[in-house]
Amino acid sequence: MNLNDVVQNLGLEVKAGSDALDTEVNGGYVSDLMSDVIAHGREGDLWVTLQTHQNTIAVASLKGLAGIIIVNGRQPEADTLTKAGVENVVLLASELPAFELVGRLYKLGLSGMRT
Amino acid sequence: MSPAALVRESCGRGLQVIAVCDHNSAENVKAAKAAAENTGLAVLGGIEICTREEVHVLGIFEDDHAIGSVQDVVYENLNGENDPETFGEQLVMNERGEVVGRNKRLLIGATSLSITEVVRIIHDRGGIAIASHVDRPSFSVISQLGFIPADLGLDGAEVCSDALPDLPKELAVIRSSDAHRPEEIGKRHTRFLLEKPMVAEIKMALHRIDGRRILA
Repeated sequence: MNLNDVVQNLGLEVKAGSDALDTEVNGGYVSDLMSDVIAHGREGDLWVTLQTHQNTIAVASLKGLAGIIIVNGRQPEADTLTKAGVENVVLLASELPAFELVGRLYKLGLSGMRT
Repeated sequence: MSPAALVRESCGRGLQVIAVCDHNSAENVKAAKAAAENTGLAVLGGIEICTREEVHVLGIFEDDHAIGSVQDVVYENLNGENDPETFGEQLVMNERGEVVGRNKRLLIGATSLSITEVVRIIHDRGGIAIASHVDRPSFSVISQLGFIPADLGLDGAEVCSDALPDLPKELAVIRSSDAHRPEEIGKRHTRFLLEKPMVAEIKMALHRIDGRRILA
């Protein structure tokens, strides 16, 4: 499954990184603490968060995450969008609350576990 | 904690300057300043603002109007009402420790202001902006944002333990107690070389200007 499949299935808004939507997604991770994502996020994870600060982009880049989904209709800050463009990080947004969004991602076949 | 107890403990522990920084409020600053009159203790007015990222940032000000103005902005961007049974009473006292008001706002909550906005709001009013308790696992810029954004413009970072967190070299580190009870006052402190115990002088020390500095 790649990011484009996820975007199409869940009706996500692409905020940045539209030319990298062919990136493969290996699993998912949910957290609003960036220290936690730095510790536990894995390469290829799709990260679900309500944080909109520009540090999300650095964390996604550092960990080689597939992309970020901002939940609850929150909007990324202007410098977050700029940084996502520079770092070529895919930044997506959803109106759904995190629980609902993660449930739908799980139904698509994404898991938080790695075998 | 009554203003008198705050001043007594601070003087008893040999502190010369303290900053009173309630969470999302500065309504007890006036009483603390009044209680410290003629004691030799300098009380600086401050506020610990909770940003939308749930990062705590200290704003410390010389000027009472400035801190009032910052408090107005915080209140405009803070939702909810306090539940005293769950979170406790939020008392406003005068310098004699008499309760003169109860703050009904949900002061424990987070504002809708970003950390970038909070630092700017503090600086626009002449205050110093310090990242609170960066050695803690919650409500610190490190726990919430992973690392300190380079262009944030903080004046310093507060450490409340003996830990040595991994911080940018150019960022001044202060040690302080983050005291929430009288017995915690002065558990940690920072020695500054200043002309006077004033916010502008502390700012110079944090940025190592004109000989002002933090002493080891």
